[in-house]
Amino acid sequence: MHGMTDGIMAALLVLNLALLGTSRLAFCITLVAAQGVLTGLLPLVSSSGVTLRTLFLAAAVIALKGVVFPRLLSNAIRGADVRREVEPYVGWGLSLLLGLGLLGISFWLGAKLPLPAAAPEAALVVPGAICTILIGLLVIVSRKKAVTQVAGYLVLENGIAAFGLAVVPDVPLLIELGILLDVFVAVFVMAIMIYRISQEFDHIDADRLSALKG
Amino acid sequence: MRIESAVHFAAALVLAPLLLGIINRTKALAAGRAGQPLLQPYFDIIKLLRKGAVYSRTTTWVFRLGPAAGLAAVTLALAFVPFGGAPALLAFSGDFLLVVYLLAAARFATVVAALDTGSSFEGMGASREVQFSALAEPALLLGIIAVARAAPGAASLSACLGAVDGRAWAASGPALALAAAAWLIVFLAENARIPVDDPATHLELTMIHEVMVLDHGGPDLAYILYGAALKMWVLGALLAAVLVPVRTGAWAVDCAAAAAGMILLAVLVGAIESSMARLRLVRVPQLLIAASALSVLALILLMR
Repeated sequence: MHGMTDGIMAALLVLNLALLGTSRLAFCITLVAAQGVLTGLLPLVSSSGVTLRTLFLAAAVIALKGVVFPRLLSNAIRGADVRREVEPYVGWGLSLLLGLGLLGISFWLGAKLPLPAAAPEAALVVPGAICTILIGLLVIVSRKKAVTQVAGYLVLENGIAAFGLAVVPDVPLLIELGILLDVFVAVFVMAIMIYRISQEFDHIDADRLSALKG
Repeated sequence: MRIESAVHFAAALVLAPLLLGIINRTKALAAGRAGQPLLQPYFDIIKLLRKGAVYSRTTTWVFRLGPAAGLAAVTLALAFVPFGGAPALLAFSGDFLLVVYLLAAARFATVVAALDTGSSFEGMGASREVQFSALAEPALLLGIIAVARAAPGAASLSACLGAVDGRAWAASGPALALAAAAWLIVFLAENARIPVDDPATHLELTMIHEVMVLDHGGPDLAYILYGAALKMWVLGALLAAVLVPVRTGAWAVDCAAAAAGMILLAVLVGAIESSMARLRLVRVPQLLIAASALSVLALILLMR
């Protein structure tokens, strides 16, 4: 099953780079949803294989990240009436190059990181997960629109989920569900926030909120 | 040197314009038109070869040399490209660097000839061509290095593309797919196909390739058209060699599979052109950087 896991991780990395290069918010949301579905598939192809537990977990993750979050975010951008990330702090070409740099760093880091000996089953999981986390952070700090920042947050979360899967094979189901619930609440609140910001200020540029400070 | 290699080289020289014909026919069918004959590119080239050339008094020998030098460089590059698992006519260790730079030399000849006319319009086209190709080159080269790494021990284009078979796909499928995706973008950009350039229009604000050859006529233009067809064959053969990993050892089967791959590639390009709009000029560098990113990713996947 290593080939499958590596294939999924490679697809995650491609989606990361695509996210860095796209300006359309709707497409961003689609990319993040696809990434969520792929992360949901990861437990099924991991060492524990298809059991009732992994099946249930995968279904929950896919339903939440693949269906519910995109819905919430799509509604938010429809309410705010924005289509594009217009002027990010870091341009598209430079973002892609930075993403490549982060990719290199995460592969270097993945090789150095002391991990439990039994844990990393497929070679690509650890560097891929680190890279996903770093690119999620990059998206959060380099974009202005609140929706894109939420997308970055979700990418970050996907990276952490993949990393956890690789390093800690058996997290109790309750904790995994708890994390999912946390993420759900966070995205729910953020979607409401985006709507409120756009109602108040006619835009969802998070950078201008700092002007509110006294 | 094997006899197949010579046959493949000769076949490429003869069949290259046919790819353009297939692309045009696919686009015509998708648009519901009957379209031009499949052999129209040949008719165009033959017609142009029979004409005389007109040279402006402001041009020098550079302008006259451009088309011939470009065609010669691309023809030499073609001699290094394997087809259907059989080795190419010429091969030595590290020859892919030479192939990439021969393509660059052909581009240089065209660009210098365009600058020699002294037209600001052609200078603009030359500037765009050079900018975009500078971004496309790393994607192509890194992709080749990635494919060469997928086949350990191979250092020439013939050896590394000949080693891409079902087993190589099973071992490093994601990396090969990424390299192929990067090459497809390079293929579209270098051959001035639609997401990057529109070969059907002559709208001055958007042209890249067509601008540079506006002042060429007669046999010179024929050389340029034929050179462009050969370049499409060179890049297409690379792509087909990776995407159609049929290496049975039986010459007829391998060759038929590779030829089918080329035809499918032409149909795919026609389909892309029918279904996509041209990108805005400022977005093109982004697409090419993305292609480089795919190549780098493929390389990183194989470096471990």
